[in-house]
Amino acid sequence: MTVVTQPEIVENPPVAAGNPVARVALVGNPNSGKTSLFNQLTGLNQKVGNFPGVTVDKKTGVCQLSATQKVQIIDLPGTYSLYPKSLDERVIIDLLYDPASQHYPDLVIVTADASNLKRNLLLFTQLADLKIPAILALNMVDVAEKEGVKIDVPALHKGLGVPVIPMNARKGIGIAALKILMSQQLEATPVQFYTLPQELRPLTDTIKARFGLNTDYLALHYAHQYRSLKFLTAEEADWIEALVQTHEFKSNVAQADETIARYTYINELLLDVVRVERVEKDEKFSNRLDQILTHKVFGYLIFLAILFLVFQAIFTWASYPMDLIDQGFASLNGLIQDNFNGPLVNLLTEGIIAGLGGVLVFVPQIAILFAFIAILEETGYMARVTFMMDKIMRKFGLNGKSVVPLISGVACAVPAVMSARTIENWKDRMITIFVTPLMSCSARIPVYTVLIALVVPEKYYFGFLNLQGIVLMGLYLIGFLAAIFSALLLKVLLKARERSYFIMEFPVYKMPRWKNVGITIVEKSKAFVFEAGKVIVAISVILWVLASYGPGNSFEKAEQKAIVEAKQQNLSQTELDNLISSHQLESSYAGVIGRTIEPVIAPLGYNWKIGIALLTSFAAREVFVGTMSTIYSIGEEENVSTIKNKLMMEKDKDGNPYFTPARSFSLMIFYLFAMQCVSTLAVVRRETKSWMWPLAQLIYMSGLAYVMAFITYQLLS
Amino acid sequence: MQKRVEEHNDKKSVRDLKIGEYGTICCLKDPEMGLKLLEMGCLPGTQVKLNSRAPLGDPITIIVNDYTLSLRLDEAETIMLK
Repeated sequence: MTVVTQPEIVENPPVAAGNPVARVALVGNPNSGKTSLFNQLTGLNQKVGNFPGVTVDKKTGVCQLSATQKVQIIDLPGTYSLYPKSLDERVIIDLLYDPASQHYPDLVIVTADASNLKRNLLLFTQLADLKIPAILALNMVDVAEKEGVKIDVPALHKGLGVPVIPMNARKGIGIAALKILMSQQLEATPVQFYTLPQELRPLTDTIKARFGLNTDYLALHYAHQYRSLKFLTAEEADWIEALVQTHEFKSNVAQADETIARYTYINELLLDVVRVERVEKDEKFSNRLDQILTHKVFGYLIFLAILFLVFQAIFTWASYPMDLIDQGFASLNGLIQDNFNGPLVNLLTEGIIAGLGGVLVFVPQIAILFAFIAILEETGYMARVTFMMDKIMRKFGLNGKSVVPLISGVACAVPAVMSARTIENWKDRMITIFVTPLMSCSARIPVYTVLIALVVPEKYYFGFLNLQGIVLMGLYLIGFLAAIFSALLLKVLLKARERSYFIMEFPVYKMPRWKNVGITIVEKSKAFVFEAGKVIVAISVILWVLASYGPGNSFEKAEQKAIVEAKQQNLSQTELDNLISSHQLESSYAGVIGRTIEPVIAPLGYNWKIGIALLTSFAAREVFVGTMSTIYSIGEEENVSTIKNKLMMEKDKDGNPYFTPARSFSLMIFYLFAMQCVSTLAVVRRETKSWMWPLAQLIYMSGLAYVMAFITYQLLS
Repeated sequence: MQKRVEEHNDKKSVRDLKIGEYGTICCLKDPEMGLKLLEMGCLPGTQVKLNSRAPLGDPITIIVNDYTLSLRLDEAETIMLK
């Protein structure tokens, strides 16, 4: 399982002298077709790794240029300029501003949307002034032509001083030409797009000399961004700071002047390059569609319908493959247990294989959710969702894009947390990830149903309102309120690392690119299986050991005791087996821990038996039902009504029913709030790239669970 | 260009446009947000058109340089018009 752990640095085997380009960086505006180009160049030959400190994935891939030539391609986050506005965009400057680094690219490919060339060229001119060899991939030429925008490619080539390739990355047109160019030795452009004003020269010259930089423009960026550049030492940064102060350098003013100067240059350049014949054709179509899709009433209704479809899909459609996976692993386990014997076999079947099954069972849900999300993103609909929901969600410290993770959380928090990736703002994303597991997921349903069946009478109001159903809905509502109010709390507590902007391009509607959808599904499923899977399997094994072994010879004693009891009560062989496993679980390490924590959970109304169930539920909540049936020696038959009947017969020492409404509701509330899901914790760690967040979640949610369950029990009993 | 306009009540910003109405950018009020807006092509002298409002009134979309840009009202408020 150690396949994709490190951020892969594809060591380019020095293919003799025939390998002029080793590392190629892909840079471009969001929505400029960068991802499509990356997928076209590398196919499934991609590796996803980490950039230190940020949540954006480091996607690298190998592109075969010819039979003997390969290059490594790195996909950088989409950005509008080299002055990063978010943490994730900083990855770009870390890579491009340190020429001494071994990861410094030999070539950058800048993708530009041909129908929106002016804004796309801003980033290009900044990169060109760093004097890195560059190619301009002029994307979506067909869309531009349909809109009546004609681009004179030779004139653009002449004006920019770098090769310009008109292409359609969606259809793969222009890829071959691009590959041929990539295999050649390319020079940086001779054109200087922005000449530094004279008054900045003394400053940039000093920086240039100290760091041995080859362009004034790079020196200017050091002056702007010395605090964000990770490769500078503290001493170096302090040196620049002092220098910047003596020169009275005003970063904001200089940046604004530079942007205006660049746009002026680009405007003049484009006068001879771009001819517009008809305008706003596509925009009109998008606008018409928007009048329905973002309509005051229909907009929300359509969104609700789409959510319902997604929810249905994760809930219902996914259950077929999930059942198959479950059965597959169960029969594999059965097969192994029938043919082999011994403690190692048990470790393999009940620990490792069961753990693996617990990982793979989530894959259908993840695949389906991400198929939907990828389609919604690709078509441009997601931008409309954000647009419609932003005002409401912002009140709670969330973001328009938090809607999808929150709703998906009702099915399963694992894919839901992964889907928070679409939120660019760090604070909004962390809050969303933090509160999503409070939404009642499908794994809580078995717990809810057993306990509700136990204490809530099956009563009907007005002939159709089922009391049990109302209670169940109430539990979901509490979960939703808990999520919203926790978000509000975090909004106050959490310091923003960056300003939250909504300034973004509102994309026109497009057909989804199915290849991108497919790659997203594969990539998300792989990331979950390999990265979260490791933690899940490890914890499953630990919990198995805790439940299967006891101190000293306690297991033999438990078996003896069960045999004696069975003889007295004249039990059948199956009943005896159940009794043995019940007694063994009682004397296992898990049982010991259950008894140890009994004083702690007693105020919530729980005894050590429930303690064991709580403990094993940390692997996954649905384990509660299985553990309860083992403890109460019900055996393999995990049927809700059998368990219900067994639990109903359980008496306390005064002979009254043990599972009182107070105790049962306290348990339901505990399961509603508690963070009892290793898979979610593992995914949160992966998504936030830190253990701090999952630990905070574990403590916060479990603490909340304890307090709420305590209040519930004390109020009701 | 980053002059603080204290009496901005007298001056019109993108926030005050009606749907379909055009305006010409005169200056950007918030220096930091101004940088972001400049990069997106909201330069002084550029024409903008209010394209649509979200169902709840905020955010809005504007058309600038032939493309659609979405932004919140607090952000639109910093784009002053001539």
